[in-house]
Amino acid sequence: MLGRMITILSISLGLMLAIHPAHSATPEKPMWPIIKEIYFEGKEIRNNADDLIALDAPKRAEDAAIVPITIKLLQPQTADKYVKNLHLIIDNNPEPYSANFHLTPEISNVEIGTRVRIDQYTDMRVIAEMNDGTMHMVSKFVKASGGCSAPAGKDAEAALARLGKMQIRMREPTLGEPVQAQVIVSHPNYSGLQYDQKNRKYINAHYVEKIDIEYNDTTLFTVDTGISISEDPSLRFTFTPAENGVLKARVTDSQKQEFSAAKQI
Amino acid sequence: MKCFLLITLLGFTASACAVSTNDYPLQKVADGIYYHQGVHENANAENIGAIANVGFIIGEKCVAIIDSGGSYREGELLRQSLRDITELPVCYVINTHVHPDHILGNAAFADENPIYVGHEKLPAAMASREQHYARNFSESLGDAYTGSQFIPAEMLVSPEQPLTLDLGGRELVLKAYSTAHTDHDLTVLDKQTQTLWTGDLLFRERIPAIDGSINGWIDTLEQLQAKSYQVIIPGHGPAAIDEAADWDKLLDYLTTIREQIRTVINDLGTLDEATATVGLSERQKWELFDEYHRRNVTAAFVELEWE
Repeated sequence: MLGRMITILSISLGLMLAIHPAHSATPEKPMWPIIKEIYFEGKEIRNNADDLIALDAPKRAEDAAIVPITIKLLQPQTADKYVKNLHLIIDNNPEPYSANFHLTPEISNVEIGTRVRIDQYTDMRVIAEMNDGTMHMVSKFVKASGGCSAPAGKDAEAALARLGKMQIRMREPTLGEPVQAQVIVSHPNYSGLQYDQKNRKYINAHYVEKIDIEYNDTTLFTVDTGISISEDPSLRFTFTPAENGVLKARVTDSQKQEFSAAKQI
Repeated sequence: MKCFLLITLLGFTASACAVSTNDYPLQKVADGIYYHQGVHENANAENIGAIANVGFIIGEKCVAIIDSGGSYREGELLRQSLRDITELPVCYVINTHVHPDHILGNAAFADENPIYVGHEKLPAAMASREQHYARNFSESLGDAYTGSQFIPAEMLVSPEQPLTLDLGGRELVLKAYSTAHTDHDLTVLDKQTQTLWTGDLLFRERIPAIDGSINGWIDTLEQLQAKSYQVIIPGHGPAAIDEAADWDKLLDYLTTIREQIRTVINDLGTLDEATATVGLSERQKWELFDEYHRRNVTAAFVELEWE
């Protein structure tokens, strides 16, 4: 799904670039109206939904390759009323549509963190799509990293060498109490903008496409991801284990390779 | 041009002018070896991106440029300063790594048809980063950027095999490293004077920036520290002539933050906890600490997470 969207958007972006000089620091034309047209055509989106969503992102990206962000829902998820999709958009990245978190009432207090790439000055937005179909958005402006870092990453060879290694990290939980867990998978998350010197060609995009988080075989949430997610994709989230069981993370990448990890609680 | 005008009107000698050209002074550290010391600022239009140490080594036949400047404009100034000293052709432009403050002057030497030289992974790093740098630095450098081009190295050095370049009666030994400051660092040793040009493997005064591997950099520094040189020209900060080059200070910084980050990771702490707490005792020791320190912790954290 995300892959198809990426293709459509790349075409639109290609047209944009043909009109606007590629080297201008910030696109002259705001990207959001185009992005909205592609992904949320005809939908009404409520702005400044600070009553529902808190997006925590740094004002300035310290390192263009690793920008930690956290999304928190300020209202509990209930069977009657819950956010079913959280769309993460980074307007001025090569592929703005960055992730879609599919949620259920399984986790009632949602707080999810990840790490993203930031190419340039950009608006970052989170759009909550409710189970009744209504849409609510918050956005934040993030300044680009000023220094020598670049979104492509530091040592792709090292990341490739440990491709597919996974970790589930968490402190000892107490049953019935919320606990924070982190899932990381080692993956270069090639954006298609990296160059392979030996073969003198650009490396095809090769990125983590989907991450499923389950507890005792019940899905807690699923994320569709793309190339805006940092190398070695990381998800940090809070959940409440009601009873002992197994926390499982399953990862699929764009070459349909699958990786998984599990942790007994 | 301005410099020449002054010479004519006031009768200064050419060499005096060359060593302190107006606002682009060079320092001579050994016979035939000159560098311009960058300022400890972020690159901007006012400082034309001249924040790194760049310079050249003159042989009997030709000249090697070592890092070309942080903008096309700086490259031009470096070339003018060179021409005030010698008319010998530029046969090599050596890039110690891909960072913009070291390579954006490359195009200023292009019409001398030099051979561009770098680490075997430099061209890949350049291709991957070019678009991002072009966008950000054309904006932050303004007019000084105009003319800059990303010219990839054509003569490559692998970590397994150092490369010797002959400038005529003068040999340079180029050594490539495994991932340290970046994944493609290169040093240049002038055999005759035992002058080591470190690129950004060594920072003095200015806070280092980790853009490769904290573990790799510490290992590399330990190797370099064990050797002795007459003169060391770091990537940033003053050259060390017959004095200690502060390898220790940089090593201390890296090992201190590594130890503290490992503690946070072992305690299952988060990246945000690490950036908020790690290495704060180092603040007084480095210029631009607040600009780069959190970044360094971030970069090191995501590496050390996999230990």
